[in-house]
This record gives sequence, C-alpha cells and structure tokens, in this order.
Amino acid sequence: MSERAQLLLEIADDELILGWRDSEWTGIAPFLEEDVAFSSIAQNEVGHARALYELAARDLDTTADELAFDREPSEYRCSELVELRLPEWERTIARHVLYEQADAERLERLKASDDPEVAGLAAKIDREEVYHRLHAEMWHARLQDEPRYAEALEELRPFVGKRNGHSPELTSLWEEMTSVRRSQPTGTTW
Amino acid sequence: MGGDDVGAALAADGDDVVTEAEVWEALAEIPDPEIPVISVVDLGVVRDVQVDDERVHVEFTPTFLGCPALEVMRDAMATRIAELGAEPEVEVVLDDSWSTDRITPEGREKLRAAGFAPPTPRGEDTTLVQLQSNGFRCPYCGSRDTALENIFGPTPCRSLRYCRGCKQPFEQFKTI
Repeated sequence: MSERAQLLLEIADDELILGWRDSEWTGIAPFLEEDVAFSSIAQNEVGHARALYELAARDLDTTADELAFDREPSEYRCSELVELRLPEWERTIARHVLYEQADAERLERLKASDDPEVAGLAAKIDREEVYHRLHAEMWHARLQDEPRYAEALEELRPFVGKRNGHSPELTSLWEEMTSVRRSQPTGTTW
Repeated sequence: MGGDDVGAALAADGDDVVTEAEVWEALAEIPDPEIPVISVVDLGVVRDVQVDDERVHVEFTPTFLGCPALEVMRDAMATRIAELGAEPEVEVVLDDSWSTDRITPEGREKLRAAGFAPPTPRGEDTTLVQLQSNGFRCPYCGSRDTALENIFGPTPCRSLRYCRGCKQPFEQFKTI
C-alpha cells in the first residue's frame, strides 16, 4: 500500500471511529443543545471519513464502503484515543479537546502538502473543523477547574496518536458498526 | 459564443445537443433539498459546465462533507440533464473551492426572506468572539442585537441564534 493510501486511511479511520463514538451521545447528551451539537459533530466526522475513504479507494481500486466496513478490526489504522468507550461526559470532552488539538496540527501539515488532492481535501475539512474546535475550547474553558476533567485529560493524553495496537473496545464497536452490512443477504443491492 | 442574426443563443455548437447556457438554466431550477428556497446554482455548488456532443460534464463542489443532501443534489442534476436529452457526468470535486462566499447575492436574499440569516463573508478566522458580535442581523426584524445560542443546528450548515429585539429564535447559515 502506498504511503499516501496509508495516511488517508489513518485519518479516515480516526474520523469514522470518533464519529461513531460521538454519535453514542445522540439522545442522551447532558442537555438538548449538546445533543444537537454532538450529533452534528459526529455527522461531520463521518462525512470527512467518507471523503478521505473515497480518495483512498481510487488509489486502492476499491470503494469507500468496502474500506469503511469490510476490513477486520485489526486492519484499522486509527489511534486508540478514538476507540475508547467513554460514557462519562468529562472524559468524552477531554477526548474531544485532545483530538481537536492533534487534528488541527495534522490538518495544518496536510494543507501544506505537495499533493494537491490531499492539500485540497485537508483545507475543505479544516473549514468545518473550525467549529469543532470552537466547541471544544468552549467546553475546556467551562470545565478546566474541575478535578475530574483534569484527571481525564491526563488519563487520555497518552492515547493521542497511539497506533501500535488497538483497544479491546474497538472490536465491540466494529461488530455494531458493521452488523447491518455483514447481515446483508446474498444478492441484495443498495 | 454569440448568437443568431436576431441575437438568440445558438441552439448548439456543432454536434452539441444542448448549450451550456441551457444547462445552467436547467440547473437553476433544482432546489436545495434542505433549504428549497434556493437553487443549487444560487448555492454556488456548480463550479463548471462543459458540453461535448451529447455529454454534459458538471463539476459539483460539496458544501459540508457530511451533508446528506449532496447525493440528492447530484442525482437531481443528473436527472435534469438527462431530461434535456444529454448524457450527464456529474463529477464531485473534493477540494476546498466551495465556501459560503460562493452563495450568490440573490441566494443570500432568498435565505433571508425564508428566515435564515445569510453567512457573513469569510474573514481571516472565525472565533467565538466573532460569533457573538453584532455582525448578524435578525431575518425577521433586522435587529443586530442577537446572541449565539448553539454553534450547531438541525443541519451541518446552520447555527442557532436568538434575537433580543423581537424575541425570536432564528437560524444562521454558518460561514465556512
């Protein structure tokens, strides 16, 4: 696999898995505005994943859906940070803050890439991520004096960019994420 | 391309089955699926139209990447072009050539008339301070005394605001 395809999959997997984790708050976020916000962020992240998979799929002669859903959990290239199931709001916000910081740095590098397709898509994604960063910064300002939030930041920081292995929690998420596609009766077309 | 001797557009160039202008006119009739007061042309998502004999090639730039309306718009454009008797080729361009600055002046006024504050022009950066500023006018009463209620709204492209003048909530198109 080319270096470019590996890079695209790494980012796409981060965005897809994080989008799924974020969507777990739909309907049960602490208040209505947050329900709307987190669901919208999740939708954006999955949309970014799709665009990145589409670019990778052209290089790898496959489709975005096959890349997103037909690989084994061990083949995903996401960081452990996005794989963790975090049912506590302060830990979810800590992940959000850490991820958005790391993602902003990554997008800045990609925007400066010599590859016009990668640089163009990174710039497109970054326009939307601005709003995710505003949301993360707003929550950081609100929670920064809370000991539970500070602990969560320290707990999760080592998982940022950790890609040598997977959290055991990825497998159950993968089962859920791919169940519809895997149960597709032979011959069905969408 | 000029026109005929009374100034009307030429029907087609050589073997072309339609003119580019006819394609643009047809696309201007396709509403945005989520904000149907404006068309895909008002929205600025059609970057280019090229006619080559029976083939019509359209470059389409997505708005927000996670927007489910994208497939609907792409398919509606292909169907409309096929109705003109041409073979559609809608290419989705994944670069950053679309921004809310591409929404036409007519499109912005249509948004306002439908109760959406149009996006502010893209500046150097977007910050919470800017979002809390008086740059946004209430689409109902025109007051600038409005507050950001939620950065996110019912679709990826919208934020929620509240007008302290007429005490109405309203939606604002996000600037990207």
